[in-house]
Amino acid sequence: MGEIKRMDLEYSQLDSDRMRINVGPQHPSTHGVLRLEVEVDGEIVTEVVPHLGYLHRSFEKHCEKLNYQQIIPFIDRMDYISAMNNEWPYVMALEKMLDIKVPEKVEYIRVIVAELNRIANHQIAVATFGMDAGAFTPFLYYFRDREAIISILERLSGARLLYNYFRVGGMAADIYPGFKDDCLNVVKQVRKTNAEIMKLLIHNSIFIKRSANVGILTPEVAINYACSGPVLRGSGVAHDLRRDEPYSVYDRFDFEIPVGKGDVGVVGDCWNRNIVRVHEMEQSCRIIEQALAQMPETGDVKAMIPKRIKLPKGEVYMRTENPKGDLGFYIVSNGTDKPERMKARGTSFVNLSVIPEISKGYMFADLILILGSIDIVLGEVDR
Amino acid sequence: MGLLNRLDDPYEGGGIVLGKVEELLNWGRSKSDWYLHFGLACCAIEFMAMNASHFDFMRFGTIPRTSPRQADFIMVTGTVTFKMAERIKILYEQMAEPKYVISVGSCSNSGGPYWEHGYHVLKGVDRIIPVDVYIPGCPPRPEAFEEGMMQLQKKINQQAIFNKRKRIELEDSTKDESNKES
Repeated sequence: MGEIKRMDLEYSQLDSDRMRINVGPQHPSTHGVLRLEVEVDGEIVTEVVPHLGYLHRSFEKHCEKLNYQQIIPFIDRMDYISAMNNEWPYVMALEKMLDIKVPEKVEYIRVIVAELNRIANHQIAVATFGMDAGAFTPFLYYFRDREAIISILERLSGARLLYNYFRVGGMAADIYPGFKDDCLNVVKQVRKTNAEIMKLLIHNSIFIKRSANVGILTPEVAINYACSGPVLRGSGVAHDLRRDEPYSVYDRFDFEIPVGKGDVGVVGDCWNRNIVRVHEMEQSCRIIEQALAQMPETGDVKAMIPKRIKLPKGEVYMRTENPKGDLGFYIVSNGTDKPERMKARGTSFVNLSVIPEISKGYMFADLILILGSIDIVLGEVDR
Repeated sequence: MGLLNRLDDPYEGGGIVLGKVEELLNWGRSKSDWYLHFGLACCAIEFMAMNASHFDFMRFGTIPRTSPRQADFIMVTGTVTFKMAERIKILYEQMAEPKYVISVGSCSNSGGPYWEHGYHVLKGVDRIIPVDVYIPGCPPRPEAFEEGMMQLQKKINQQAIFNKRKRIELEDSTKDESNKES
């Protein structure tokens, strides 16, 4: 036999073809019907192009065709995980235009239901993020707890997911007897499960190896891309509209704004974005407890407003802190009972735009985690 | 169900079942339906709650599959837009026979709230693929999902497998006769 020839390979000169593959629109990890066109060099992501429009449900067209009260259910269906929070900025914008003073009790009910829904949203976010990393148990634990929140909101509004509970100048219905006890039980259970999840998922060494130092979003990039919510706070920027521009009665509560501190990994990576959500649940619990203590016992939940709302000519922009970030509604009124034009600033849409920036150079499996840590809802991206 | 109860009958010492092969096949098919995990919109979140510990969808013998080639039925959960309709048709065609479709929620049943002004929404998924069971609601409650699944199992249990054409002709002729009598 001949002798073995040794080949000297210069590895830097080896060139592999780049491949373009589609992730989605039917893919279990894209959190909906998002399609990502990914260019990979072997296993390393070199380019990501998100393709939208698979759930475009003509939100702005509906706003031009329907009157102001009829629009509220369509706002529910934008970010369908946190419907209560969605309705709030829209209703507040109308109240600002009409110059309505909302009863004190209504403000407290709004704070409580919004914070309950924020907890439910973050539970889904952390649970699905765990599932993206391969942990199935937190999903089961969080959904068990979420049922308690859902049943409170169902008893208030009559629906499990899309509530249509906010009205201009008030709420659709008053709270039921025993509402306070139910809320306090939920708060207790959420704290118990979060303590469990901290051991089970957050500080699990496999989970840390998967999510720490992955998808690093620096504060400068986050601000340049107009990111908000836990995505921005995970990068260490303490920006929260509940504190910075206090609306409703948020200035009466004592709460902190959790930011990513880089206990594990680097500030702005997937792990830090995720831990912000877990800490925010605790802060929501604190707000709920304070609001329940301060809420007036009696009072009307509906302000006196005409059945057919006609806005004066003009325009209004109102934004609030949604679980996913800043959600704003810009309404142009022409003096009739239908808006001339309405624009929603979808949080998920803005946060999604940062994906091509932060997923370059990571492994393909990390791309799924980065997408999960951004926590998008396609109903809000495509609208 | 009937098949297992018959094993207890004291027929030749027990343990023997007399029945049709068709019943056995239908029993097997209805009790282990794997579905294509296919979340589109709001109903998918309710379906996630359905899959979780509180309602436990897997007790029906269903397992989520991510590939249409391993799935027995497809659950269309949410709004079907024109852009997505194309993909749903392709996914349905990729599934192996026998295949079933459950349409979940108002949007995929008829267009739902987007029926009137939704210029980009398909007015019912039954315009592109045949639907076996419709589950109403916007979104449906988990109990409605259970009822829909039970209806699908009922439908599978009643289906004909052998001599389909002959039987359908026979049924039609008997129907005609009964119509004449009445």
